[in-house]
Amino acid sequence: MTRFILQRLAFGAVVLLVLSSFVFFLFFVAPGDPARMIAGDKATDAQLQQIRSNLGVDRPMIEQYATFITRAVQGDLGYSYRNRQPVAEIILRRIPATLSLVIGAVVLWLAIGIPIGLMSARHPGSLRDRLGQAFILVGLSFPTFVLGMMSLYLLYFLPKQAGFTLFPAGGYKPFSRDPLLWAWHLALPWTTLALTMAAFYARLTRGQMLEVMGEDYIRTARAKGLSERRVIWKHGMRAALTPLVTQLGADIALLLGGAIVIEQVYGLQGVGALAVQAVNNQDRPIIIGVVLLGGLFIVAANIVVDLFYVLLDPRIR
Amino acid sequence: MTETAAPMDGGEGVVVQRGSLDLTMRRLAHDRAALVALAVIVLVVAMAIFAPVFASLTDHSPITQFRDTGLSPMGIPVGPNAEFWLGADQLGRDVLVRLAYGARVSLLVGVLAACCASAIAVIVGTTAGFFGGWVDLALSRLIDLVMSVPFLLCALALVSVMGPSLMLSVSVIVFFSWAAMARVIRGQVISLSRQEFVQASRSLGAGPLSIMVVDILPNLTVPIIVYTTMMIPSAIVFEATLSFLGMGIVPPTPSWGGMLADASSNSLYLVAWWMVFFPGTALLMTTLAFNIFGDSLRDALDPKSIRTARRLKRDRKGAAS
Amino acid sequence: MSLLQVDGLTVEIPTEDGTVHAVRNVSFAIRPGALFGIAGESGSGKSVLTQAILGLLPTAEISGSVRFGGRNLIGLPQDELRRLRGKDIGMIFQDPLSSLHPFYSIGAQIAEVLHTHETISRDEARARVVEMLGKVGIPDAASRYDDYPHQFSGGMRQRVMIAMALIMQPTLLIADEPTTALDVTVQAQIVALIDEMRREFGTTVILITHDLGLLASVADDVMVMYAGHRMEYGPAANLFRAPAHPYTAGLLRSSPANYSPGADLQPITGRPPSLLDLRNACVFAPRCAEVRPECAAAAPPLRVFDDKTQALCWLPDGARRQPAATTPAPPVHAATDTATAAPVVEARDVRLTYTIGSFLGHKRQHEVLKGIDLTVHRGETLGLVGESGCGKSTFARVIAGLAPATGGTVSLLGRDLAALDRAEWRQMRREVQLVFQDPFGSLNPRRRVGSIIGDPFRLHGVAAGDARKEKVRQLMELVGLNPEHYNRFPSEFSGGQRQRIGIARALALNPALIICDEPVSALDVSIQAQVLNLLRGLQRDLGLTYLFISHDLSVVRHVCNRIAVMQGGKIVELADSETLFANPQHPYTRTLLAAGKTPPQMTGERVRNLIPIAEGRP
Repeated sequence: MTRFILQRLAFGAVVLLVLSSFVFFLFFVAPGDPARMIAGDKATDAQLQQIRSNLGVDRPMIEQYATFITRAVQGDLGYSYRNRQPVAEIILRRIPATLSLVIGAVVLWLAIGIPIGLMSARHPGSLRDRLGQAFILVGLSFPTFVLGMMSLYLLYFLPKQAGFTLFPAGGYKPFSRDPLLWAWHLALPWTTLALTMAAFYARLTRGQMLEVMGEDYIRTARAKGLSERRVIWKHGMRAALTPLVTQLGADIALLLGGAIVIEQVYGLQGVGALAVQAVNNQDRPIIIGVVLLGGLFIVAANIVVDLFYVLLDPRIR
Repeated sequence: MTETAAPMDGGEGVVVQRGSLDLTMRRLAHDRAALVALAVIVLVVAMAIFAPVFASLTDHSPITQFRDTGLSPMGIPVGPNAEFWLGADQLGRDVLVRLAYGARVSLLVGVLAACCASAIAVIVGTTAGFFGGWVDLALSRLIDLVMSVPFLLCALALVSVMGPSLMLSVSVIVFFSWAAMARVIRGQVISLSRQEFVQASRSLGAGPLSIMVVDILPNLTVPIIVYTTMMIPSAIVFEATLSFLGMGIVPPTPSWGGMLADASSNSLYLVAWWMVFFPGTALLMTTLAFNIFGDSLRDALDPKSIRTARRLKRDRKGAAS
Repeated sequence: MSLLQVDGLTVEIPTEDGTVHAVRNVSFAIRPGALFGIAGESGSGKSVLTQAILGLLPTAEISGSVRFGGRNLIGLPQDELRRLRGKDIGMIFQDPLSSLHPFYSIGAQIAEVLHTHETISRDEARARVVEMLGKVGIPDAASRYDDYPHQFSGGMRQRVMIAMALIMQPTLLIADEPTTALDVTVQAQIVALIDEMRREFGTTVILITHDLGLLASVADDVMVMYAGHRMEYGPAANLFRAPAHPYTAGLLRSSPANYSPGADLQPITGRPPSLLDLRNACVFAPRCAEVRPECAAAAPPLRVFDDKTQALCWLPDGARRQPAATTPAPPVHAATDTATAAPVVEARDVRLTYTIGSFLGHKRQHEVLKGIDLTVHRGETLGLVGESGCGKSTFARVIAGLAPATGGTVSLLGRDLAALDRAEWRQMRREVQLVFQDPFGSLNPRRRVGSIIGDPFRLHGVAAGDARKEKVRQLMELVGLNPEHYNRFPSEFSGGQRQRIGIARALALNPALIICDEPVSALDVSIQAQVLNLLRGLQRDLGLTYLFISHDLSVVRHVCNRIAVMQGGKIVELADSETLFANPQHPYTRTLLAAGKTPPQMTGERVRNLIPIAEGRP
């Protein structure tokens, strides 16, 4: 058991190492002079030289990489080229918005997706199943940003033209200041994200349930005289849960690393929007930091999911 | 041995067996949703092929800016009218013509990326599943690794360094798409390798390559076809997302994602709805069509699926009433 | 007064290919406390019948009447049926592992039945479950309450299922092939347990099985089904002593247990009909040995005899006691004197140890073969018998060169397998061929039969083009397949035909040894006999050598000259077939022999008279 966890941790460390080397060497070989980016066009050669030695970019590549890794392990991701603030701090400031977005959306998409998947799998071929399948296909096909732009147009712009404000255009209001305002501002991003993800979860639930409901132990449960509700929720869902948990772990981690598109569409100042700004500004330390943070979330989620497996399945205990 | 020489068909009339391709086609032909989806796909392909026709009909090239006719005096793009059938964009370019040329990019990226990714997935998945042992261990870890990468972030980082281009978009999409399918193929190959017909070939002295190509690969055609079809819409969306974020196709080359990005910048689409409506609908319809078609294809290729039950029920009700 | 009375039950299941007429106009009545047997081969509708009664087939269309406890179950609302299930009618199924939920402890799964049907406290439920587990023979029941299904052996799991089915003390227990997935020795225990439980609780039992020997040993009344029809029905003793229907008689005759040494089995020819088409004729007519002109012309009448047996048949006096033309006993195996024949395979102290554990973790050793000495002589059939997990298939893989032994030597035609170089090893592949168990898994579903049988020629470059095609056709003819079907896919053949394809492939290179790994255990009895006869016939004609692996002693006895009994990776007894049966030495062999249930010999002494009312019912 501990060995299993140690193995997973070791693999997580490898993933992060590979990821960090990837971004580091990517930017090392990249054209462009970081000193020039920081100092601007009017800097003198001496100034540039000074900045270079401050950044350490004049030293050999391997040495730079070693410093980078040692610092990163200690949580020091360097300083932004733009405003000279610590990268870790900048990212940390962006986390509440992303976290709020993801938590709300997760609750919403599970609440929409799983019941639709179950309803669909319950009577395969029925009208309800076909409606469920239609929801799944449309949801899967809707690019998030198209759905976002359409809902902004319909739910923000049109009402506003008509003279009242149904939903705000976007932006993030901290929960601590006013929970209602927080929720109101996040309502559209939540729904947009949740609808596209719910389709995916409905599909997964439906497929799993269809498979599980054909198993012999479901027949046994029915032969025991259990109510259909209990057969589905206790015997069926229990067995169908594992892949759902895997997927959920991966999705949460991926989104925490930056719900890039949604944040961009709704102007939420989250981690994803930060990444896009950093790319546009060529602010490399921030890009590296965000990528590493994203990787860290995924690695952590994988380990949590593995632990869940052990809890869920007595056979691998 | 007397009875063995007797024909084994029993007393039954000979049942005409249809080929599997024939059966698949029949099932597809009965699936209205699949036919509509196919029609949409054909339409989009036609639009891409005949993009120059649109350009010559309207006499608008996709990148020419018509600042005097396409923009209002205030600099706002004009809506759909006799000259600009689907309106103009913020630079006075013809949305219709750009839409047609954008279809080329979407289809090219979608099909190319899906095919490359599925080729990699088949090679990696088959190798890992068939050889097992440390080969499998190494390749499985590689798959895990690729799946543990925050792909959109990495794509952004990559593009920010190398600069956006069509080839880079395709490569990025391929790199982050093959792993999931490879995992599925690997699972299938492992269960196929345990089948007795593989052991039979092995006991006959067949080499690994012969077993993989002759015995295993033909049994993978269904998942390969279905997964490749399903990967096309995700690749199209992936490309559009990259372009939307300004990391995909380089302007002024028209692409649907890029058109939506243009519409989104400065919230222009709030006053010029056609800038988001047409490319958005095109994108949605294309991915929807591919998704529906992929779904139907899977149902048709895999007769055990659920949809057949529905069709039966319908038939039965029809017969009863 | 019967506990369960079924009248004119018809079940139709819609599928993509059309409506499957799974059960057609079946009637029977079960006395309280009786053990009612339903016998039939796969596709006979025996399982569908009971599941339909209990409302477990939601898509099926059911008509007729099923009276149970004063109510007609057909047309009863699902909710009321649900209350009957588990409480008044318990069920056990074939595979206890897949029938138990893998994620819940067995105690909780049984207690769930109690909580569903009555109001009971947790502790009380637990106490009752533990008591029941004790009754069905789970040792140390209290401490195993919280264990999960995967922690039990197959037999113990089936005991858990029985405890679950009986916890509410239902009046009716339906056991659907409860022993088929289990080893022979365990089978006997489970049957004994069911019999004991029904006496203790006074439960009426419906036992569904393909195993006539099993039914003959425990059942009071028996119904024989074929293609959805009730072919024969009556008291077990009368029915088995002298079957009234040619189908029942054929089944009994084709069972290898009913064999006289040296004789060929008498299989039922042909294969079961498709259930898709409804014909107004006897469904068995195409395969019947006593077929008459009227059989194919109209549906057979119900014949009721004075010994309470009934048959759905045109024959007024029931089936003949003996088949029309007994095939003259063919010469006994060509090489009876095996000791003098040259050895084909010699295994000396063969050992195989698997190492389990990942490359990081601590390793565990699992010894599968613990020193096996065995010699197979040219022209003989050597039987290898044992229960699942004893290592018999692993040993076959070692001889076939598919798994390397970790100790000892295997020599084939006098050459040590371990000492061969690559080219020689490949050459040696021609000499050992395998016939597999699973008629579906052993043929590549995506390739045509012609290329499957031609594979040996392709891989060894023996013949190409038309020459290969011609050879394949010859092989197909040899194993009794129509050579015209060269271009068909395996899915277009039945199970028995697929085994013939596998045999043809094994014959192609004229090997020195053919290893048959459970070649008939996936087939129905009537088809089994066809394949066994084919194997014997081929041996007679071509002088083949077989290593025949099976869990079924009666099958092995029928085909083998010598039998080796394996237990736990070792051979515990090796003797001539008849010697082994007449005078088993090892205790394990005796257990195996005692556990096998053989159907009774048809003595046919009793003469029955037809009661002249065609549509009567007793």
